[in-house]
Amino acid sequence: MTDVIKLTYKVDGEDFTRAGEASSDLKGKLKKMNVPPDAIRKVAIAMYEGEINMVIHAHGGEITVEISKDCITMVLADRGPGIKNVELAMQAGYSTAPDNIRTLGFGAGMGLPNMKKYTDEMKIDTELGVGTTVTMRVNIA
Amino acid sequence: MTIRELKEIIHADILCCEDKLDAEVHTACGSDMMSDVLAFVKNQSVLLTGLCNNQVVRTAEMMDMVCIVFVRGKTPDESTVELAREKGIPLLITPHRMFNACGLLYSNGLHGGDSV
Ligand SMILES: Nc1ncnc2c1ncn2[C@@H]1O[C@H](COP(=O)(O)OP(=O)(O)O)[C@@H](O)[C@H]1O
Ligand SMILES: [Mg+2]
Repeated sequence: MTDVIKLTYKVDGEDFTRAGEASSDLKGKLKKMNVPPDAIRKVAIAMYEGEINMVIHAHGGEITVEISKDCITMVLADRGPGIKNVELAMQAGYSTAPDNIRTLGFGAGMGLPNMKKYTDEMKIDTELGVGTTVTMRVNIA
Repeated sequence: MTIRELKEIIHADILCCEDKLDAEVHTACGSDMMSDVLAFVKNQSVLLTGLCNNQVVRTAEMMDMVCIVFVRGKTPDESTVELAREKGIPLLITPHRMFNACGLLYSNGLHGGDSV
């Protein structure tokens, strides 16, 4: 695998039951490419949390993934409300999710911390009223 | 223990993927908050939950979990079962409440793995 493979996914912001389809599809593709299972799991978990965030906080968006022989880079871009205080948002347990999201199993304020935990690099670019772009990279050992 | 043994211990019914009954379960995780589940990777793990939607199956899929147990006799809808079938993740339903289901499994030797 010498080339860089590029994938794009549209994330539907209106349908919570479908959230995770992009992560699931990517996971399947990485398996077929024989990427090591550890790296696949990290990518899948980090992207899944990001995908859920796009759906519950930002009305959906677009994900681009680049797979090279050394690493997998995920760029999750939305045109949602943006994040007012990124440092605060990164804290474990901090969440602005409404209660109905909590009854669906999310909104514990662990998404961004989990994304950081499972990736080798994570960067958040955000502007209030414009949107948020989260870039994450997982190295292939 | 195997899924088959686990099923006996908590008096569960199986909804799909019966062909996986002999798969090994090494650790367990009980939670209704999916991000708490996603925070700790364990190998060959079972997820016990009172939550009953597609995202439970997605969470188990991302984590490579071996099976899902719905507690308190909660039955997922057909789309959730269909998704689990597609992903090859057995779904079980136990009449026990979360605490008792976990207690039964724990006292039969299934533990939570490292928590830090
Ligand atoms: N894509 C996003 N757009 C806008 N706000 C976001 C986005 N992602 C995260 N946030 C904000 O950061 C907070 C923390 O995110 P996270 O750790 O994933 O917890 P949770 O999703 O459970 O609330 C969210 O409650 C929300 O306020
Ligand atoms: Mg989140």
